Amino acid sequence: MSQPYSLKLAAAAGPRATTLGVGLLLALLMLLPLGHAVFPEGHALHVSAYTLTLTGKILCYAIVALAMDLVWGYTGLLSLGHGLFFALGGYGMGMYLMRQIGRDGNYQSDLPDFMVFLDWKELPWFWQGSEHFAWALLVIVLVPGLLALVFGWLAFRSRIKGVYFSIMTQALTFAAMLLFFRNETGFGGNNGFTDFKRILGFGIAEPATRAVLFAATVLLLALALWGARWLVQSKFGRILTAIRDAESRLMFCGYNPLYYKLAIWVLSAVLCALAGALYVPQVGIINPSEMSPGNSIEIAIWVALGGRGTLIGPVLGAGIVSGAKSWFTVAFPEYWLFFLGFLFIAATLLLPNGVLGLLRKKGAQ
Amino acid sequence: MLAASTPTSPRENWDGEARGLAHPVDGQLDTRHGAILYLDDVTVSFDGFRALNKLTLDIGVGELRCIIGPNGAGKTTMMDVITGKTRPDSGSVFFGQTIDLTRHTEPEIAQLGIGRKFQKPTVFEAMSVHDNLALALAGNKSVWASLRSRLTGQQRDRIGELLATIRLTDHYQRPAGLLSHGQKQWLEIGMLLAQEPQLLLLDEPVAGMTDAETEKTAELLLTLKGQHSLMVVEHDMDFVGSIAQKVTVLAEGSVLAEGSLAQVQANERVIEVYLGR
Repeated sequence: MSQPYSLKLAAAAGPRATTLGVGLLLALLMLLPLGHAVFPEGHALHVSAYTLTLTGKILCYAIVALAMDLVWGYTGLLSLGHGLFFALGGYGMGMYLMRQIGRDGNYQSDLPDFMVFLDWKELPWFWQGSEHFAWALLVIVLVPGLLALVFGWLAFRSRIKGVYFSIMTQALTFAAMLLFFRNETGFGGNNGFTDFKRILGFGIAEPATRAVLFAATVLLLALALWGARWLVQSKFGRILTAIRDAESRLMFCGYNPLYYKLAIWVLSAVLCALAGALYVPQVGIINPSEMSPGNSIEIAIWVALGGRGTLIGPVLGAGIVSGAKSWFTVAFPEYWLFFLGFLFIAATLLLPNGVLGLLRKKGAQ
Repeated sequence: MLAASTPTSPRENWDGEARGLAHPVDGQLDTRHGAILYLDDVTVSFDGFRALNKLTLDIGVGELRCIIGPNGAGKTTMMDVITGKTRPDSGSVFFGQTIDLTRHTEPEIAQLGIGRKFQKPTVFEAMSVHDNLALALAGNKSVWASLRSRLTGQQRDRIGELLATIRLTDHYQRPAGLLSHGQKQWLEIGMLLAQEPQLLLLDEPVAGMTDAETEKTAELLLTLKGQHSLMVVEHDMDFVGSIAQKVTVLAEGSVLAEGSLAQVQANERVIEVYLGR
C-alpha cells in the first residue's frame, strides 16, 4: 500500500481526548457486570444474561480486530486466517471446561461425553493435563503462538507477500477446520465442545461468574489497546509501517523485516487466542465452524470498516458489524450475508479510512 | 596512504546485542589495496538473457564513479548484485579485500556499509521527514533494540546536520509523502548518509529534478567524494560531466569503455553502441 496515510491517522490513538473517551467507555462497560450480578431480575437496573453475553462476545471480537489491525493495518500483512488462532485459543479453554464437567455429563463418565460416544476407553495423550487451569493457559498461549511462529517463519523467510500470503492463511484455517471436523482428531468433531458446567469450580452460568468473565474481557481489551498504542508509537511500530509502505527501502536501511514481521505476527496470534479463550466460557460453545474461511474474512471486514492503521477504528468496526449482525440475523435472517457484502463494498468505496477516518474528518472541519 | 585512515565498517559501533537476531557479519572492511569494491567476471542470466556478462569492475576508496550505458545494459542488475538482491550465477563480488558480498543478505550488506538509492525515490511516505532519517540512522537494528530505542542527543544533532545537508530543515515535520519529487530524492540521499555507509550506490539521483535542483545535487555529491566512495548511474550527460572524473560505459552486461567523459564520448565503439549512430 503506497497511499500516503495522513500523519494524524498514523499517529495511533492521537489526542488526549480520544484516550479519555475510550477510558471512560471502558469504565462504563464495567457497570454492565455489576448490573447483572448485583441487581436481581426484575430490578430496573438489572442487566440480562443475554445482553451481558452478547456484549462480552462483541468485546472478544474487538480484541481480535485489534490484533488483526496490528498485522494488516500497520504491517500490511492481510491475514485471512486469524479465525484459526481465535478458535485454537477457544479449544484450549474448551478442553479445560470439558474436564471441569467431571461426571456430570450425560454418560456420567470421567471422560468427556464425545469420547464415550466414540467408545474411547482413556484420554488421548494430548488431553493429559487439561484438567489443570494453569496448563490450559499454557496451551492457549503456546499452541497458537508456536503455530504462528512456524507458519510465519516459513512464509516470511520465503518472502511470501500480498495476495499469496492471504491465500495461504486462508488455506491454513480451512485445512484446520477440516481436521477438527473429523471425530478421530479428538476434539469432538463437528459438535465441538459444549454443555460446560463449571470454570475453576464456579458454576459457569452463575451471575457472578459471568460478571467476572465479562470484566476480564474488558480488562484484556483495555490492556491490549494500551499495549498496542505503546507498540505502534515506538520505533518498532514505525518499522512496521515502513514494512507496509516500502519494505525494500527498509532492508537497504539495514533492517531485516523477517524478525519484525514474525514478532508482530506471533503477538497478534496470541492476542486472538486469548480473546478466543474468553469467548468460549461466555458463549458456551466452540466448534470447527469458528475456523471457517468466512469467519476470518469477517475479521478483515471489521478492520476495513473501522479504519485500518488506527487502533480504535477496528474496535468500533467489530462492534458495528457484530451489533448489526445480531439484529439482522433475527430481523431479516436471509439477508444478512447480502448486508455484510454491502457493508464491505460501501466501506471500500466510500470510507477508505474507515468509520474512524470519517469521524476524524468531521471533527477536523 | 589514504586507506590507513579510512574508517572501518559500522560494526565497531555495535554494542553486541544484535547477535542472534541481526546476524552479525563476519570480516572487517579491508581496503589496503586502495579499492573498496571489486566485481570480477560476474555473470547473471534471467531465462537465458545475460543481464551481466563477465562484468569486471572496481571502485577506488573515495572515488566518485559514474556509470552510463543504454537501457538494458545491466546497470540496475549490477546494483542488485552488489546489494544482495540478486545472486550472480558466477563470478565474485568483494567489498574491500575480505568481504564476499554474495554470502550476505540485503540488510547485512546495508549494515556492512553499502547504501543504495533506488531509481524511483523510495521513502516511508506515512512518516515525517525527521522520522525517515531517524529510522535510517546507523546503530543496532534488532527487534529488541527497536522496542527500547530513544534518540540520543548526539543522534538528534546528526539528524539536524543531515536536514541541513539535504535542505529539508524547514520541512522536518512534514509527511514524506507530501514532498516534491526532487525533495524525495534528497530525503532518500539523506537516509543513505544517515546509515554512514562507506559506499553509496545512486541509481539516477537527478531524474525528475529541476535544473537548479540538479546543480545542488551535483554540489552535494562532490562534497561527499573523499569521505565516501560513490557509484552513480545516470543518463543526464551534463550532470555526469559536472561531477565525474572517471566514467564507465556498460553495454550488454559488460564494460565497454572506461576513462574521462571526453575520452569515452570520443570512443568509436561507445558512439556506435550507446549513442546508436
